[in-house]
Amino acid sequence: MDGIVENRKDRGAEKNMIWNAQIWKNKHIKSAKQGLTTFLLLLPAIFVCLPIILLVTGSVMGNGELKQYLSPIFTEGMEYISWKLVPDYPTFENYGKLLFMTPQFFVLFWNSMKLVGCILIGQLAVGVPAAWAFAVYKVRGSRTLFVLYVVLMLLPFQVTMLSSYLVLNRLGLLNTHQAVILPAVFSTFPVFLSYGGFRCIPMQLFEAARIDGAGEGTIFLKIGLPLGKSGLLSAMVLGFLEYWNMMEQPMAFLEDKALWPLSLYLPEITWVQAGYAFGASMITLIPAVFVFVWGQDYLEQGIIYSGLKE
Amino acid sequence: MGKFGGVMREKNIWMKGNWKGMRKRQGTKTGRAFLVFMMPSFLGVLIFVLLPFLDVIKRSFATAVTGQFNGIQNYKTIFTNQAFVLAVKNTFRFTIVCIPLLVVIGLVIALPLSKLKSAGTVKSLYLFPLAMPTATIVIVWKMFFYKQGFLNLFLTRFGEWTGLWGEIHKDYLGSSAAFWVLVFSYVWKNTGYTVALWLAGILGIPGELLEAAKVDGASGGQIFFKIVLPNLKGSLYTIVILSFLNSFKIYREAYLVAGAYPEQDIYLLQHLFNNWFVNLDFDKMAAAAVCVGGFLFIVIMLLQHLWDKQET
Repeated sequence: MDGIVENRKDRGAEKNMIWNAQIWKNKHIKSAKQGLTTFLLLLPAIFVCLPIILLVTGSVMGNGELKQYLSPIFTEGMEYISWKLVPDYPTFENYGKLLFMTPQFFVLFWNSMKLVGCILIGQLAVGVPAAWAFAVYKVRGSRTLFVLYVVLMLLPFQVTMLSSYLVLNRLGLLNTHQAVILPAVFSTFPVFLSYGGFRCIPMQLFEAARIDGAGEGTIFLKIGLPLGKSGLLSAMVLGFLEYWNMMEQPMAFLEDKALWPLSLYLPEITWVQAGYAFGASMITLIPAVFVFVWGQDYLEQGIIYSGLKE
Repeated sequence: MGKFGGVMREKNIWMKGNWKGMRKRQGTKTGRAFLVFMMPSFLGVLIFVLLPFLDVIKRSFATAVTGQFNGIQNYKTIFTNQAFVLAVKNTFRFTIVCIPLLVVIGLVIALPLSKLKSAGTVKSLYLFPLAMPTATIVIVWKMFFYKQGFLNLFLTRFGEWTGLWGEIHKDYLGSSAAFWVLVFSYVWKNTGYTVALWLAGILGIPGELLEAAKVDGASGGQIFFKIVLPNLKGSLYTIVILSFLNSFKIYREAYLVAGAYPEQDIYLLQHLFNNWFVNLDFDKMAAAAVCVGGFLFIVIMLLQHLWDKQET
């Protein structure tokens, strides 16, 4: 009897051991699989980010070195251009020249900042209340209006270019910064994104506040804004990246080059000033990267909100 | 939707519990609040978009200089205009190639990504191109796709190594290959966006559904085609609409790489509109704006309709 029991126990332990080994094996296969997938996904991702590496190295290269690598572009010869990921003589001369010797560059930089800043503030002031109205007050016709807003959001700039021009012309705003700012302030894209944020607040909160005697304005400021802020922040982050990069609007409505934003000026720099071009590109890139890194969660949230159906 | 259904029902009960007048008063109050919050935005949209667009519609039936009514002459002109036909064709071709490509690439990346525990870094890397201003990326594209650029360098080295071909000096930007450079640039920029949307869709599929299928012994392929894909229809519509919206922004790259009159394979509607604008051809522009706007309106409405249908 004892022997059998012992035997059974033994077998039980043995089974247990095999079981454990299986789990252990599975676990390792799983983590190996995870590692492999990560690696396979990481490869193209790094390739995707390759351009930035080129820009960074280019911006810290001296003009002589750059010319040596890029000379095939000017000579029309048969040689290929070359590159070094670590410059032979790293230098900050490009940045120095840009920041201390070219005051025009500052003007353009601040043009960009001013345009983007005014647009975003305007969108906050106008678009966010509209989003709130759509999200909270369901009245007759509000759905139709919302569909109209969605359609306007999806129309490309070229379709509305002439109409914007006509109204800006009539208001005498052409060739001023307002010509770029005002139409952008009334863009319906931020309305749509902020709406996504407000939609996620439970309605009961507003009802409770109303019963407690809060006015609609108070509810918006005290409940809506703090709880729905992810929507409007994502509108701001996506908006910054969009308007920091804008080209069509200033190209159409600003004749005076002194009013141009950086995004429009950069391409004017020729290959002869390659170092200058790389430096200027990096400086244009830095604010965008900063916003990207800081607001990445909101950015993703915004992308997802933009996919939310009403 | 389900999350809010309960709330709404509760609200209705609360309202019914009160006397009738309350509801009416609530109604007018709601209406007033809607107006107040809506007004600034709506006025702006009215002044800057809707009213001027009516003006554009009017102009599309008139001559550019004198403003005399001349029927559908402008429409006839643009549809027999070679540049317009070419631009429409190219723009169509670009969208037809790009959107399916982007949708598939996004899904191929998002599926394995959704199984990773730490997807954050990888996702950020894919999203990064979104932050890169077009003007900065164009320098890099020129270095890649130039006659003496990196792509040719790489291809030549590869050819020498395998002995299959010799030196390559193709100018990708000045030939019909420019179209594919644009496609590449578009996919490069928008992959992250698409991956994020797919990922949100995939992670939104209820876990119990997948577990149940696994317990019932469904294979990986079955789970993918019978459960995952049907549940992603909503994401697909979104991705298509947003990719379409973003496809118009490729003009920036096209313009910066090749100027206002590029190689004819990449002469897009956007170029045409811009050139008309510069030449003050407002009559043609108005007619074309009405056509393109109307077409997009119909497409958006159709997609919305499909969307509504699949949701119920």
